[in-house]
Amino acid sequence: MLNRTAESLARATPAPIARRVRGLSDKGLAWLFIAPTIILLLAINIFPLFWAIGLSFTNYRANRPNEPIKNVGLQNYERILGDADIWHAMQATAHFVVWTIVLQTVIGFMLAYLIDRKFRGHAFWTTIILVPMMLSPAVVGNFWRFLYEPQIGLFSYAVSFISGIPATQVQMLSNVSLAPWSIIIVDTWMWTPYVMLICLAGLRSIPDYIYEAAEVDRASPWRQFWSITLPMALPFIMLAILFRGIENFKMFDMVNLLTGGGPGSTTEVASITLKREAFEKWRTGYSSAFAIILFVAVFGLANIYVKALNRVKQR
Amino acid sequence: MSLASAHSVVEPRPWTKRIAAVLVIAYALISIVPLLWIFATSFKTPPDSIAYPPKIVFQPSVEGYCNLFTTRTRQEPGYIESLPPATTFCDEVTRKRNMVIAGPSNFVPRFINSLVIAFGSTFCAVFLGTLAAYGFSRFKVPLIDDLLFFILSTRMMPPIAVAIPIYLMYRELGLNDTALGMILLYTSVNVSLAVWLLKGFIDEIPREYEEAAMIDGYTRLQAFWKVVLPQATTGIAATAIFCLIFAWNEYAFAALLTSGTAQTAPPFIPQIIGEGGQDWPAVAAGTTIFLVPILVFTILLRKQLLRGITFGAVRK
Repeated sequence: MLNRTAESLARATPAPIARRVRGLSDKGLAWLFIAPTIILLLAINIFPLFWAIGLSFTNYRANRPNEPIKNVGLQNYERILGDADIWHAMQATAHFVVWTIVLQTVIGFMLAYLIDRKFRGHAFWTTIILVPMMLSPAVVGNFWRFLYEPQIGLFSYAVSFISGIPATQVQMLSNVSLAPWSIIIVDTWMWTPYVMLICLAGLRSIPDYIYEAAEVDRASPWRQFWSITLPMALPFIMLAILFRGIENFKMFDMVNLLTGGGPGSTTEVASITLKREAFEKWRTGYSSAFAIILFVAVFGLANIYVKALNRVKQR
Repeated sequence: MSLASAHSVVEPRPWTKRIAAVLVIAYALISIVPLLWIFATSFKTPPDSIAYPPKIVFQPSVEGYCNLFTTRTRQEPGYIESLPPATTFCDEVTRKRNMVIAGPSNFVPRFINSLVIAFGSTFCAVFLGTLAAYGFSRFKVPLIDDLLFFILSTRMMPPIAVAIPIYLMYRELGLNDTALGMILLYTSVNVSLAVWLLKGFIDEIPREYEEAAMIDGYTRLQAFWKVVLPQATTGIAATAIFCLIFAWNEYAFAALLTSGTAQTAPPFIPQIIGEGGQDWPAVAAGTTIFLVPILVFTILLRKQLLRGITFGAVRK
């Protein structure tokens, strides 16, 4: 490929200069590699975001595109913050997020701890546990509807079998106090494996020698758990909480197909309200304002949380 | 056999392992029951599927699958007698219910749409993501931390929120209800995760290999292709699975931005109506068939999937 003279010349050239004379320069290549991704993100993620911000200051309705667009300033934002329905939706969302995080973290961490005991066949059973995560949340919401049916559903039958309450009275989807739990149960069923995996990674990252040193110091298993296992796994647990929190704040698919936001608007989480405002009532400007508020809320909370997480990691 | 002598300080005792096994296996079995129930329902006849109490033992039938793939019309028994004998098995099954097959349903086109859009967007996201991740990892990019955080924050918007302006934008560009529009959208959503994951994987590959290659006469591009990529295959596979799972299972964008030509399977399956409500065996059949590709992928590439999920946790 290179003749003798060129070869010896190449060997004599210092490495940084050598890199530059062959092929595209580093800088050119860097931009060539990164630009397509940035352009795509700008076009499909950022540009629409700015468009939505612009829309949020107007009274635009997408189903009446020829009406004159009026700039209404902050009116949409004021109305949202005073809208009782919106606050109700945020409450439903908060209830959902908090309880799913609590249940998934507790059960997920316990599962991870048990799997880390490394009993025989644990890899096989871990794979079985992972399957619910692989499903489409929409399809899951739909078939859990079937499972929750008062008479013919397997869930109602199982509950009545265990507790003796007649199956027709196990109204998970139409009872106002039970409906929020119906979505929490399904989400926990789907995503506990995810939390379990992250906690498992955390548990496996704790080196054996720390436990050995603790044994030498005659620390009891309880003490080892509270002083070694939990603190060292905490960054991972917090990371799992962050991911699940963000995802469940945005949750739409599963809840929409399981309850449709009902009964009434008991389980109407934020995304469902957004969809109703934007694609059923067609109040495009108004719903854009709500979307921006949601985004800022998630972004702000995530930022604060990540700072706390980094502090925990440095301990 | 003395337990004390065989006992290592960090290896759990046998009875601990047994209790752990019992609890984990119990959880695994309980959590798999809903899936087994759906699988079973897909082989029930419609009356069996809504029987009370729920039937665990039943006469299997392929009526669910037949209903999934066909559209049918109800006819008078006299008319059915007058038709030529049933040609296929599904014909027979349908005629027993006093119905005649009118034509194929939309399931296969929707499934194919899912295949095209999911695999297409996964390929694009991983391709662009690998290049961008390599760029962020190896070159001095200005404002790199901010750029990376901006890329990650694009995932914090609820999909519905993104869908509002995208709907308007696509309406202007004529991309509504097109496969290309959906592929672009899914690629853009996936590429942020892809860049983040792949950068972590590529960071792990020592620079010395490429630098040695370049001193030996390779260009940067050749070094990337011949040296870095082969070592990054595990990371690329892990990222690809994530992108595929997201695109395959996605519902919100598909439901809002497509209605016919480019509609994928997730919005389609919950809408399968039978007589008097949802045709549960057909829905279960659709769900089962839809699950198969992802299940196969997951089991085949289980190790990469595990690396990918835990990677985000370990490498941050």
